[in-house]
Amino acid sequence: MIKKETMKVLTHKELAPSIFELTLQGELVSEMKQPGQFVHVKTTEGNEPLLRRPISISSYNSSEKQFTMIYRAEGKGTTLLSQCKQAEGVDILGPLGNGFPVHEANKGETALLVGGGIGVPPLYQLSQMLVAKGVRVIHVLGFQTKSAIFYEKEFSKLGDTYIATVDGSYGTKGFVTTVIDKLDTEFETIFSCGPTPMLKALEAGYREKKLYLSLEERMGCGIGACFACVCHTGDDPNGFSYKKVCSDGPVFRAGEVVL
Amino acid sequence: MSRLSVELPGLHLKNPVMPASGCFGFGREYSQFFNLDVLGAIMIKATTPEPRFGNPTPRVAETSSGMLNAIGLQNPGLAKVINEELDWLSGYDVPIIANVAGSQIADYVKVASNISKVGNVKALELNISCPNVKEGGIAFGTVPEVAKEVTKAVKEVSSVPVYVKLSPNVSNIVEMAKAVEDGGADGLTMINTLVGMRLDLKTGRPILSNKTGGLSGPAIKPVALRMIYEVSQQVSIPIIGMGGIASAEDVIEFFYAGASAVAVGTANFVDPFVCPTIIEELPNLLDELGFDHISQCTGRSWKQNEAVANYRA
Repeated sequence: MIKKETMKVLTHKELAPSIFELTLQGELVSEMKQPGQFVHVKTTEGNEPLLRRPISISSYNSSEKQFTMIYRAEGKGTTLLSQCKQAEGVDILGPLGNGFPVHEANKGETALLVGGGIGVPPLYQLSQMLVAKGVRVIHVLGFQTKSAIFYEKEFSKLGDTYIATVDGSYGTKGFVTTVIDKLDTEFETIFSCGPTPMLKALEAGYREKKLYLSLEERMGCGIGACFACVCHTGDDPNGFSYKKVCSDGPVFRAGEVVL
Repeated sequence: MSRLSVELPGLHLKNPVMPASGCFGFGREYSQFFNLDVLGAIMIKATTPEPRFGNPTPRVAETSSGMLNAIGLQNPGLAKVINEELDWLSGYDVPIIANVAGSQIADYVKVASNISKVGNVKALELNISCPNVKEGGIAFGTVPEVAKEVTKAVKEVSSVPVYVKLSPNVSNIVEMAKAVEDGGADGLTMINTLVGMRLDLKTGRPILSNKTGGLSGPAIKPVALRMIYEVSQQVSIPIIGMGGIASAEDVIEFFYAGASAVAVGTANFVDPFVCPTIIEELPNLLDELGFDHISQCTGRSWKQNEAVANYRA
């Protein structure tokens, strides 16, 4: 069930330039069921900016009633959010959307978790849940440059972690696909979140695998009412069928929707 | 009788607050937050004869105290709206105002004649003001003679009262209002969105794939108030006011301007509970302001002038 709640800031810190990790506490956490869901955040009281900001959940702890999100302070809203301090309240609507299907990866299998930039965070909760059920995880994380990297240590604790940077300042020079192409290991499932070109490259190269993609789109309401984040479906690419990224997604099986 | 109840052509409203068309889908999403029965009415998403996919994304862009949208009248088409959405809504005790759209008069006539026969549809909202479609929409809402013609055509076939949704993208809103009143409109809903644009700082290109979109939200409230103030003094049909309403105070301001009921649009996206919250807060605000019934607020802005004028005379 979706709830709206003013949640309390437990911790808030900058992990990398403009990349913030915000941990909030409140009852709404008990509704979080899947990795890859998101929350809709009112970044300030009043009308400026007016709309909420969709931000993915990077991890949650039901017993402690707390969850963490990692976001990039880029525009007006997220910059305002980055200024909120410990013990203050943040207006959260959530959890929203359908996340990654953890059940699609079986015990003893290997899952590849591929993230790009600010698409990396939701993979963290996913990785923990996969590891907990006995799935071997391999992380391939892409960033622009060395200083933009975050959570390498956290991911490394859960499984092999490969980093790619566009400028080659750390790890493999290039994109996540550069790393995956060289991987000398078998895997059954890919879970991915990141920029659309990255998702398209994965869809083109690994369609024979069980491939799940988390999409990003500008949203209005975040609950499926406003039709702002609509995309065509794979089996009816030019017709009237559609899926809403906010309420049908944001995670889709590759081919389910047109990227 | 409740101090919030309002009687309008075709509509017995338990309170004057309803979600605006396009901001509430067909109610399903919001039904997970509250019982839709608390609403005065529901203005459902625009319906066209055939299904429409709408515009490519991005379909929304934010602005100062508002947002632009260019959804493009996406809807599942007349048959599905009647058989699935209105059927589902009939489980609630709430009157439905069906928003009727199309790209030619025949489209409006087809949707109006069919949808007005559905039991829970108590009124139509004639959408001659959507700025985001290539054909029809706003083209019908910016030329008085054309607006009158489509109003007449729909009135002839509708089984329920017809409210015409006016576009603010005209130089003389009173002239438009009078034209549709002449055409037989039972009421007005106003205002639809203002055509606007935003550009991407890096690419220099419009943010919306449709290039332009409709501006809504608190930013347009003063425009809506001004237009309702002007129109309500010149027509004898009631007005359902909309344009940036987000609080009980806003509702009263719209009544003062001349509205007899109100619709809440963009605010639903910010706070899904905004309609029930406003409904709950209105009685206290009436107490504070010293009114027994909300209808006493309608037109207070200009009725006071009239009272003074009469006294002086």
